[in-house]
Amino acid sequence: MKKIESPNIKERAMSHGKPFFESGSDQSSALVEGWKEIAIDKLGEIADSNRAFRLFLDSCVKCGACTDKCHYFLGTGDPLNMPVARQDLIRGVYRRYHTLPGKLFPRFVGAVDLTEELIEDWSTYYYQCSECRRCSVFCPFGIDTAEVTMAGRSILDAVGLKQKYIHTVINNVHKIGNNLGMVGPAIADTLESLEEEVEEDTGVNVRFPLDEPNTEVLLVVPSADLYTEPHVDGLIGCARIFHQAGVRWTMATEASEAANFGLFVGDDSHMSDIAERILATALNLGASQIVIGECGHAWRVASSYWDGLFKDTMQGYQQLPDPIHICEYTHRLITGGRVRLDRSVHDDKVITFHDSCNVARGSRMGDQPRDIYRIPRELLKAACTNFVDMAPDTICENTFCCGGGGGLLTDELIEVRVSGASPRVSALEQVIEEHSVTHMAAICAICKSQFRSVLPHYGLGTDMIVSLHQILGDAVVLN
Amino acid sequence: MSLFFASALYIAVAVLTIGVMWKVILYARTPVPHMIAVAPVPRTRLGVLNRLVRETLFFESLFRASKWTWFFGWIFHCALVIVLLRHLYFVTDPIPAWLGMVFVPSDYAAWLLVASLVGLLGRRVVVSRVRYISSPSDYAMLILLLVIGASGLHLRYGTDVNIVGVREFMLGLLALSPKDLPENLTLYLHVLSVVVLAVVFPFSKLIHFPGYYFSPSHNQRYR
Repeated sequence: MKKIESPNIKERAMSHGKPFFESGSDQSSALVEGWKEIAIDKLGEIADSNRAFRLFLDSCVKCGACTDKCHYFLGTGDPLNMPVARQDLIRGVYRRYHTLPGKLFPRFVGAVDLTEELIEDWSTYYYQCSECRRCSVFCPFGIDTAEVTMAGRSILDAVGLKQKYIHTVINNVHKIGNNLGMVGPAIADTLESLEEEVEEDTGVNVRFPLDEPNTEVLLVVPSADLYTEPHVDGLIGCARIFHQAGVRWTMATEASEAANFGLFVGDDSHMSDIAERILATALNLGASQIVIGECGHAWRVASSYWDGLFKDTMQGYQQLPDPIHICEYTHRLITGGRVRLDRSVHDDKVITFHDSCNVARGSRMGDQPRDIYRIPRELLKAACTNFVDMAPDTICENTFCCGGGGGLLTDELIEVRVSGASPRVSALEQVIEEHSVTHMAAICAICKSQFRSVLPHYGLGTDMIVSLHQILGDAVVLN
Repeated sequence: MSLFFASALYIAVAVLTIGVMWKVILYARTPVPHMIAVAPVPRTRLGVLNRLVRETLFFESLFRASKWTWFFGWIFHCALVIVLLRHLYFVTDPIPAWLGMVFVPSDYAAWLLVASLVGLLGRRVVVSRVRYISSPSDYAMLILLLVIGASGLHLRYGTDVNIVGVREFMLGLLALSPKDLPENLTLYLHVLSVVVLAVVFPFSKLIHFPGYYFSPSHNQRYR
C-alpha cells in the first residue's frame, strides 16, 4: 500500500488562491467602516454562543497530529493549509482580544493583532478549506477546523467580504428556489423529457412525478441532478428503482434544492431559511417520508442540523419522520426484495467508491455507527460484480475530500481545487493500476462536478465519475 | 522561605481550582447549537462513554494520526499519572496501603516522564511542520515540565532531602498550620516550577484536560 507522503513546507505557496468577493478585488475599499471592532465583537459572540468554537480555540496543544491530514496542504505544501495553522489565523486574534494571556504577553502565546493583512489571509485560507473535517478525525480532542472556518467566513461576511459564488447560490435559493436558478416550468419540462428519454431507452414508462400530494416519498435532490451529467443519471436511477419497487413518490417545485450553502458560511439563518422550504413542502404535500438525494452536505444538514434548527421553532416538525438518505431507502428496497438487480450489465466495469466527506464524517445512516460506510458499498456490490475499495487511509472516515467542497466549486479557485484533489486522485490511480478500476461512484453533486473538472488535469477521463444510483438504476430489471 | 512557599502553594491551588472551575462552568454554559459529532458516531450513551474512555486511556485518534507523537505523548501522560499518584505520599495521613505498590513503578515512570518530554521537545524542533505551528509558550511549557521532572529526579537520586520533613510541611499546609520546609535548592526549584504550572494551567492549552470532555466532536450521539 502506497503511503501518503507529506510535502515539504513551502511558505505561501498558495497565497494567490483567492476566491472572488461580491465587493470586488480591492479589499481595503470593501471593508465596512469599523470592520476591526465588528470582527473582534463577532469573534467574541461566536465564542459565547458555540461551545465547540471556544473549546477548540482554547485546547489545541499544537501536537501536530493534523498537520499532514488536509488535502489542500498535501496538494500545495502551503503551511497555512495545515489545519492547526488555519485555526491559528483566528486563534491568535481570539487570544489577543478575548483572553488574559494574550492581552498580557501576546508574542509569547502566539496572539496577534487583527490587521488588514490578516484579513487578507483569512479571506484566502478560509476559502482553501472545504470544511471536510478530515483533520478532526485525527485530533485527539476532535478539534474540528470546519467550525473555525465557518466562523472565519461568517466574520468575513460581517465585515463586507462575502464570497461571490456561495452568496450567489444562496440568493438563487432565496429568490428562485434552487442553486442553479431553475424556475418551476423548467423543472417540469426537464422531468418530462427525462420520462421520454427513459421510455425511449427501455420501453417502460418510468414516471418522474412532480408536486404530487400524499406520496410515500418526497425526494429532494440537488438541483444539479436536473441539469448536468453524471448527476442526472443518478436521478434516473432513483426513478427506475422507485418505479420497479412500486413506491409512490414525488419531487417538488418548492423543494427543488437539497443543497444548503448556508452551512458553508456558518450562517444559521440562511441555513434554516433554505432547509425550511423542504420541511414546509413535505408538510403541505403530505409526504410521509423525506428522502435526501445524492448531495453530501445536504445530508449533513438534514441528519445533523435540522433538529437544532427546527425542533423548538417549527410547528409540525415533530410530526415529520426523520429524513432518510436515498442510499438507506434504496438499500431497504433492495434487501427487502422489492427490486431485482442484474449485475451482469456492469460486467465491463470495475467500480470503486468515493466516500463524500460530509456523509462519511458528518451524518448517519441505518442504525449502526458504521452503516454510513457499509450501506453504499453493499448497494454497489449488489449492482456490480467487480467492486474494489481504495486504500484504507483514504476511505470511510479517513476519506479525502474531492477538493471542491464547502463552497470552493468555482472557476477562479481551480488551481486550489486541482491541488486539493491530488490525494484522492493518487488513491484512485493506485486502484486503476492494481485493479483496472474503470469507474468511481459518488453520492454527492459537488464531488461529481469537481471530479469532472479536475480529472482531466491528471490525465483521467471525466466519464469515470458516475452516480451511485446510476449504477444501481442501470442494473434494475424493469418490467 | 517556608512562609513564601506556603503562600505560593496556597495561591497556586486557589488559582488552579477556581480557574479550572471557571473554565468548566464556562464550557458547560456555552450552548452547543448543533450536532457536530465526528462520524462514525455512537448511537447509545454507552457508545459515547466507550469513545471517551478509549480516547482517554489510549489516545486512539492520535495513534492513527502519528505514531511518534502518540508514543511520546502517551508515555508522558501515563508516567505523569503514576508519578502524581506517588506524590499522594506527601498529602495523605495515614498513607493508603495501596500506595506502596506505586513506589517501584514510579521510579521508572519518572525517567520515562523526562525521556518522553525530551522526545516531544525534539519532535517540536525537528519536524518542520510542528516547528511552524509552535509558539514560544509551546516550548516553554515543555521546558517547564522538564524542569519539574528533572528536579524531581534530582531530589530522588541526586541530593539528600528530608522527605519526611517535606511531608510534614505539606500535611501542615493541609491542616492550615504551615511547618518548616526542609532547606534544599532543588526542592525550591521543584516546588516553584509546579506553582508556575498550576497558575498557568487554567489560562493555557493545559485546559485540554478537563476541556476534552466537553468536546461535541466526541461526546454527542445521534438519537
